[in-house]
Amino acid sequence: MQHDVIIIGGGLVGMTLALALDAHGVTSAVVDAADLGATTTSEFDGRVSAIASASARMFRAIGLGGVLDKHGGAIDGIRVTDGLSPLNLHFDAAEGDAGPLGWMVENRLLRTALLEAQAKAAGLTLHAPARAVVERTKAGVTATLGDGTVLGAPLVVAADGRRSALREAAGIRASRWTYPNVALVTMIEHADEHGGVAAEIFYPSGPFAVLPMRDPHRSAIVWTVDEGDAPGYLKLGPRGLSAEIARATGGYLGDLQVIAPPSSYPLSFHHAGSYVAERLALIGDAAHGIHPIAGQGLNMGLRDVAALTEVLVDAVRTGLDLGAPAVLDRYDRWRRVDNMAVAAATDTLNQLFALKGRAPAAVRRLGLAAVERIAPLKRRFMAEARGETGDRPKLLLGELV
Amino acid sequence: MESKESPAASATTDPREAAFFGGLASDWWDPKGSSAMLHRINPLRLGYIREACVDRWGLDRRARAVLSGRRALDVGCGAGLLTEPLSRMGAAVTGIDAAAENIAAAQAHAGALPIVYRSIAVEALAREGATYDLITCLEVIEHVADRPAFFAALRTLLAPDGLFVFSTPNRTPLSYATLIVGAERVLRSIPRGAHDWSKFVQPDELTAELADAGLTVTGVQGMTWRPGTGFVLGRDVSVNYFGTAIPT
Repeated sequence: MQHDVIIIGGGLVGMTLALALDAHGVTSAVVDAADLGATTTSEFDGRVSAIASASARMFRAIGLGGVLDKHGGAIDGIRVTDGLSPLNLHFDAAEGDAGPLGWMVENRLLRTALLEAQAKAAGLTLHAPARAVVERTKAGVTATLGDGTVLGAPLVVAADGRRSALREAAGIRASRWTYPNVALVTMIEHADEHGGVAAEIFYPSGPFAVLPMRDPHRSAIVWTVDEGDAPGYLKLGPRGLSAEIARATGGYLGDLQVIAPPSSYPLSFHHAGSYVAERLALIGDAAHGIHPIAGQGLNMGLRDVAALTEVLVDAVRTGLDLGAPAVLDRYDRWRRVDNMAVAAATDTLNQLFALKGRAPAAVRRLGLAAVERIAPLKRRFMAEARGETGDRPKLLLGELV
Repeated sequence: MESKESPAASATTDPREAAFFGGLASDWWDPKGSSAMLHRINPLRLGYIREACVDRWGLDRRARAVLSGRRALDVGCGAGLLTEPLSRMGAAVTGIDAAAENIAAAQAHAGALPIVYRSIAVEALAREGATYDLITCLEVIEHVADRPAFFAALRTLLAPDGLFVFSTPNRTPLSYATLIVGAERVLRSIPRGAHDWSKFVQPDELTAELADAGLTVTGVQGMTWRPGTGFVLGRDVSVNYFGTAIPT
């Protein structure tokens, strides 16, 4: 069966690409090793994602706005503090007058929405659970499935995650390092309303993020702790953990309790040396993974989707071979440099806040207060949080290509 | 057998030019080969042609096969770098080239695409009486022996509401420095000997020659290279320019 594109990996990023392409009449076959129906349970993925406003505009443009309207918690402001210091930096969506800075959504609800849309997408064929043996040649790509089905296309997109087998097979090197921390993720219910404000509280072990869910009394917690301390926190039990979280927040949400079993995720950074190879393009975690300090990981992947969609739609409409180097180079130029900058900035932010001692703390506090007072700098950070910097693909402006 | 037609005796074809490009035939489709430069500018020039067609005939900007139902002629098609995309854009395309080796390479590469490839000169084709909605002639005019005869034949081949799209290098000191010294001799990004600078045409000269043949130029844009961005279209026509023309 011949398609315009074969996408290996039907996760959040891979499936969004397939749907964005379908919205432009570009056909795809999505292959995933997992039973995707099983990935919509909270047991599979209890995480939440911050969908930046630019990414949200793309969701709306391709008909996925419903999941944000029905389940999304609007982020109307972000407050950044150094520990529990009273000096802080507050980003308020009302200052920009462009709607929420982003939306908090549970990953499982995003997956459900993507699968529902997939079932209705005429130009999208899903093969899952299925494993593909992918062969790339000068002439084209074939993916042979376990049941003998052979898929053909001029291009294969690797959306197969941070340990991307396609990236490895193409010999693309990724620079990588691991952080000596892990992220503890859980959900809390609190007496006081969150008011749509996301709090990023920086501690020496890393950031402690409180993210406002749709229910005003419910917030997601992403807590970066030292690797060695994680098992201890996981063993605490709901009451002990609630107390620790209450202490870390400084009590601004009133009485609170943990309402979901905590899980932990190791933190690492990786960035592919190239996003393209012969008839291959990398997107999402296959291309890059960053520290979740600023909630930009998934949004970087969605920006890959928006840029690659525009590149491929332009190519289809001008009759070009979708796997031609001139087509793929445009995607690589567009996204790799941009992602490198976000990755570097995020890592710097993390390093800065990880420094222990009084002097670095004083610098940080002065810095936060300074940014708070310098309007252009503050606008720049807000634009970054919204995902509105760089040369933006049309989908991120809410327009079809 | 169409490929046995001999354009060598034609007035518009320079046999040395045909032999030079015919010698590169086997390499045309290698993106890193002798035609690397053409591969790199292909997205830009196809985008330009598409826009011109959308404007000329008021087509749906978002249509996948925007040229459906239209007949196109690609003059100097080489091994089909432009011809194949035109076919995928929906046009019924004929590709012609003076070098029989190119036509053989083009036919071998076309696969299932319904393209008609012929080694025939434009004046011979014009005598057959068919007309085309779109005629493309990219990086060809600078290799033509007798331009007035060439343009007259194209005018005959163009349908009354047709569109002619061309691109060619300008004849300026900068184009000499860029294309002959820079690209051919220093960077070797274009095969050495591909161009004869003295045969390059300036936009005003070309506009006048097309007017003599009954074709009115409706727009001209320059193509330049910018570091970081690559090739772009704009007002600067000093190295290479694109243009459109319609029957007067």
